[in-house]
Amino acid sequence: MPRINDVGGQDGFGPVLEELDEPPFHADWEAHVLAMNRSLIGRGIYNLDEFRDAVERTMTHESSYYENWFRAIRTLLEERGVV
Amino acid sequence: MSDDHDDSPIAARVRELEAVLEEKGLLDARELDRVLEAFTAKASPANGFRVVARAWTDEDFKARLLENANEALPELGLSMGGGLQVQRLHVVENTEDVHNVIVCTLCSCYPLSLLGPSPTWYKSPAYRSRVVSHPREVLEQFGLTLPESTEIRVWDANAESRYMVLPRRPEGTEHLGEEELAARVTRNGLIGTAAV
Repeated sequence: MPRINDVGGQDGFGPVLEELDEPPFHADWEAHVLAMNRSLIGRGIYNLDEFRDAVERTMTHESSYYENWFRAIRTLLEERGVV
Repeated sequence: MSDDHDDSPIAARVRELEAVLEEKGLLDARELDRVLEAFTAKASPANGFRVVARAWTDEDFKARLLENANEALPELGLSMGGGLQVQRLHVVENTEDVHNVIVCTLCSCYPLSLLGPSPTWYKSPAYRSRVVSHPREVLEQFGLTLPESTEIRVWDANAESRYMVLPRRPEGTEHLGEEELAARVTRNGLIGTAAV
């Protein structure tokens, strides 16, 4: 069964909205999430494929991109008993 | 980054997790700063602009770029190995008859080192779902209307492969040098949602 992230060709997501002069991050916490993830992968706490898998199985379309990342990181850390 | 006073609930939860990880010795605030600095220093659309300008002015380089981009990039001091893993890059050339556009239908795969951080719309389900089934309609939402006779090719990136569009060189730029040409290129031109 395709996962929730596999949206290619689906209908119903509305028009593409482009934000002009968009900054790389909309808030500091987004940058923190990106850096935290790179650091944890760099330390071998989990690997990139495990992270992708975690995003795909925990994400929702209602959450923002980095909210979904944060949920995936938390999930992996909880599953490994780190937190 | 250590100077963060955002009081939204998600910012607080991120700080909380950082504190727990720091306490366990699994995270270091200075290390996070370094990771982020390295990320922003390496990931810039200016890199992609330089690649395009070189390809527009040097036919041999263009041929090497289209044949094997990973081998051609080091000629400009660039590589696809700056991130967490090395990715294969395919550069796809726009011509009079063919227009290319890139997407990652599954997530957000994107040649960060050449295009910089990806815009939110690139990562949105709206773009990822629609550009593969109705590319012409999506390009029109970006203000790009192509002739009916133009073939549109959509390239779906994945964990191992990334794509970048080589836009058509604008007419009337024969007299411009590489640097001036690079200044004409746009991020959306490298994605394929704009012409240059």
